[in-house]
Amino acid sequence: MTQLAEETPTQEKKTLGFWIYLMTDCVLFAALFATFAVLRGSTFGGPSGHDIFDLQFVLIETMILLTSSFTAGLAILGAGRGFKKQTLFWLVITFLLGAAFLTLELSEFSKLAAEGNGWTHSAFLSSYFTLVGTHGLHIAIGLLWLFVMIFRLWRFKFKKTDINRLALFGLFWHFLDVIWIFIFSIVYLIGGMA
Amino acid sequence: MKPIIRIDPRNSESRYISYVVGFVLSILTTLAAYLIVVKHLWPMQTLVYIVLGVAVVQLVVQLVFFLHIGRGSKWKFITFLFAILVVLIIVVGSIWIMNNLNYNMIHMSPDQMQLYMHQNEGI
Repeated sequence: MTQLAEETPTQEKKTLGFWIYLMTDCVLFAALFATFAVLRGSTFGGPSGHDIFDLQFVLIETMILLTSSFTAGLAILGAGRGFKKQTLFWLVITFLLGAAFLTLELSEFSKLAAEGNGWTHSAFLSSYFTLVGTHGLHIAIGLLWLFVMIFRLWRFKFKKTDINRLALFGLFWHFLDVIWIFIFSIVYLIGGMA
Repeated sequence: MKPIIRIDPRNSESRYISYVVGFVLSILTTLAAYLIVVKHLWPMQTLVYIVLGVAVVQLVVQLVFFLHIGRGSKWKFITFLFAILVVLIIVVGSIWIMNNLNYNMIHMSPDQMQLYMHQNEGI
């Protein structure tokens, strides 16, 4: 149980340390959001957000990431109860959803680049690729972390440290979901308005 | 498999419900924001504020139901408030300053610039 684990002082310190890292990450994303907001109109004669964003496609991406955040939560609850198979099942589902999200995002990027709207085209596109790409990079690192945890759980015995690690991963994954909500709202919905 | 750590089942149940409620609310707010924009329910300037409002609602939902803020150590909450402060200073400050600097980018003669500043800024 994560709550029980959190009661030990060491784990509490680790959770707080990881939380502070997430908050600094928040500041990193804030700088990128500010850059995007400022450069939104600087299209240098190229396409604006309204021309290139496919909102339906992005809605599907959002739903996939939201669901993966939920299944990550279910995995943590399963781990808290000590159900290894249940935990593994939900972790694998989370991994697949995360990988699907990343694949969709990369396909969107490559489509834009193929149409000649790469990151070198305008200040708007540079800021867009940097912001969304940084989020994608975080997702990729999260997937790597998730893969290692799945491997450990599948190969070795379930330990209390695994539960603690899972709780930290849960924080990371939910945090990325929150960042994506703002990317969805600010970059795609507001940035996509004519 | 035998559970390795004994826990209070009621507590676990409430955490499970918390995730489900958070998930459903997140889906609803996402769909609401999407539909409001796609259907053009309001003029654009209003839409921007509504979409930002809905995003903040979802932020609160996820903070409460997924990230469980408020539960656990108080430092978690304090560092969070500090981060929000820094984020707001960066974002609002950048937009404010850069919009003002845009005056310099507009290709106008000094007289026109003076008039523009006078009308828009009261300087």
